[in-house]
Amino acid sequence: MLHLTGRTAFATRDKPFHGEDGPISSTMTALLEAKRADQPFQFMAASYLIRIGAEPVETLGELAKSLRSCPQASIFYHTFQSLEAHHYTSFSSDFAQWALSACSEAALAEQLAIVDLREIVSLEDLRGILADIVSDYLKEHPQAADRRAFEAFYFCEAREVTVSSGSPAWTLTELAEGIRHLGHQSLHYHFINSRLRLQLRTNDFSFWIEHSLDHPWLAARLNRIDFYNNTLDELRQGILDVLEPPESR
Amino acid sequence: MSTTEVAKPSAVLPVLEDYAAIVGEPEINELRELARRLAGRRVKMVNSTAVGGGVAEILNRLVPLMEEVNVPTRWEVITGGEKFFHITKAFHNALHGAPYDGAADWFETFLATNEENRRRMRFDEDFIVIHDPQPVALIAERNSGPHRWVWRCHIDLSYPNAQVWDFLKPWVDRYDASLFSSPQFTRGLRIPQYLFFPNIDPLADKNRALDPEFVRNVLEQFHLDPTRPILTQISRFDRLKDPVGVIRAYRLVKKYEDCQLVLAGGSATDDPEGAAVLAEVEQAAADDPDIHILNLPPWSHLQINALQRGSTIVIQKSLREGFGLTVSEALWKKKPVVASAVGGIPSQVIHKLTGMLVHSVEGTAYQIRFLLANPSFARILGENGHQHVKEHFLLTQNLKRYLVLFLVLLQGD
Repeated sequence: MLHLTGRTAFATRDKPFHGEDGPISSTMTALLEAKRADQPFQFMAASYLIRIGAEPVETLGELAKSLRSCPQASIFYHTFQSLEAHHYTSFSSDFAQWALSACSEAALAEQLAIVDLREIVSLEDLRGILADIVSDYLKEHPQAADRRAFEAFYFCEAREVTVSSGSPAWTLTELAEGIRHLGHQSLHYHFINSRLRLQLRTNDFSFWIEHSLDHPWLAARLNRIDFYNNTLDELRQGILDVLEPPESR
Repeated sequence: MSTTEVAKPSAVLPVLEDYAAIVGEPEINELRELARRLAGRRVKMVNSTAVGGGVAEILNRLVPLMEEVNVPTRWEVITGGEKFFHITKAFHNALHGAPYDGAADWFETFLATNEENRRRMRFDEDFIVIHDPQPVALIAERNSGPHRWVWRCHIDLSYPNAQVWDFLKPWVDRYDASLFSSPQFTRGLRIPQYLFFPNIDPLADKNRALDPEFVRNVLEQFHLDPTRPILTQISRFDRLKDPVGVIRAYRLVKKYEDCQLVLAGGSATDDPEGAAVLAEVEQAAADDPDIHILNLPPWSHLQINALQRGSTIVIQKSLREGFGLTVSEALWKKKPVVASAVGGIPSQVIHKLTGMLVHSVEGTAYQIRFLLANPSFARILGENGHQHVKEHFLLTQNLKRYLVLFLVLLQGD
């Protein structure tokens, strides 16, 4: 159950809210306060079960080959999903972590880690990018292709179970309250996983704010939050800071 | 003040709502919602012991929570004679890679005991979870009904003895799904293999928050000086935990740091080799007053908790390991951990992020010295480790995995 306290994030604001392009007027603020969405935002509770593949890889050469043939769900799991699993580490991609910790190939790890998932709208595109990075690296460093890794890499994929959770949000205030009470996996589901699920360069919150509340600048501002370099709790706070600017509290 | 005046063993089991303060109310709400989707479907858990060992410890806490969220769960324990458990112990060691020298009739005896249990038990639940190899052949009961059978393997199967694994594998292949504690423990089965970490209970006496005064009292009780670094390994006295190696590492550190070493383990009376290993450890310690060998009784959870909390660094220098939940226990207490990269430990200790992984006595000493010289980095490791455990290795996560597993099996994976 969500705990909607009726807190009015925008009602008490006496300083102007800064939109994407700078401060916005008190008139605009009042409009934000009053706006009720055409369609409500339905929060979902997301949970995952990890299925382990049967064929591990033990060298970078095998990784390069398997990246081109593994299930799309595995590409998704080891990139988008691992953002949630290792969100406090420097390299959040499982492929990058393995290249570094099991293969001691720091330069390759860095290249794999810096692929910006916010620009990706197709898993096949992502597969091609990752496979090319490994293949190109091995062309330059052929001695690394067959060197046995310290530990094998197991391709995994997640089975997702979602259930609707709590009351729907009709206003930004209700959306913020709901986000405040989301579990980690559900926050990840709405803000990160949603990008590929919807084949969009956005997230569930921004999509709803843009299409149901008609606030594209606020949607864009929310979408610019860097989910790579934050823990999920920091990400949550970042979202709330956009929806409920500190100066308005 | 006596130690028991400050902290007493918990008399009442925590309920799900008690965990909200740790994992947050949303996580608890999600558990209830997932359970609601199972609409009263029933579960049976089967293992080979009701007390002692990590599986029984997990089931003791998991089953009441499943009941609490209205997923009726029956836990049953198979019975068997001395010979059966002698055989299954040999299987256990062989599956961990030890040589196998079983008699000709052992496989037959194993199957006969499973058959006796199969006839004695009823299997009318929706989900039947069989833990470890001892009851694996109960799958013979499986018919064409709607029941889903799951094999939960708590053992590291990465290098099993081929003779024993070849005997067990056809039984495992008949299950609907298998659960492993680490990807590295799997065997490339045809049936779905799922990742299922074991867990610690943050509200159990072994892990719950303690009054600092109680911790100080326990340190005093064991003649430990809280003003000097305390290095601790909590493990039963078993050669695979390499307690003598820990002493050698401590001696390398001691050249540079005035530290103390605690080797605290459970009772050795239930392990035929335990007394011999304890004697080896005492001999290796010689007359060093800063080495504290504590052979504690099995009910010493609060003392072990306090020793971990009072430690500067926690060590787990195992040579082989199942999952090594003592590592999660230490990480939960925000302790910097230096641990061997074996078994399930690398799932818990991500090198230089949630702890330090090592491969030798010298490496252990080197990393201990590094952490003693860099306490701020050690603190970061402890904080990261706590977060890592909170997200992956707590009882509530295990409950969620089971609920999701059952829902996935209903959907058909």
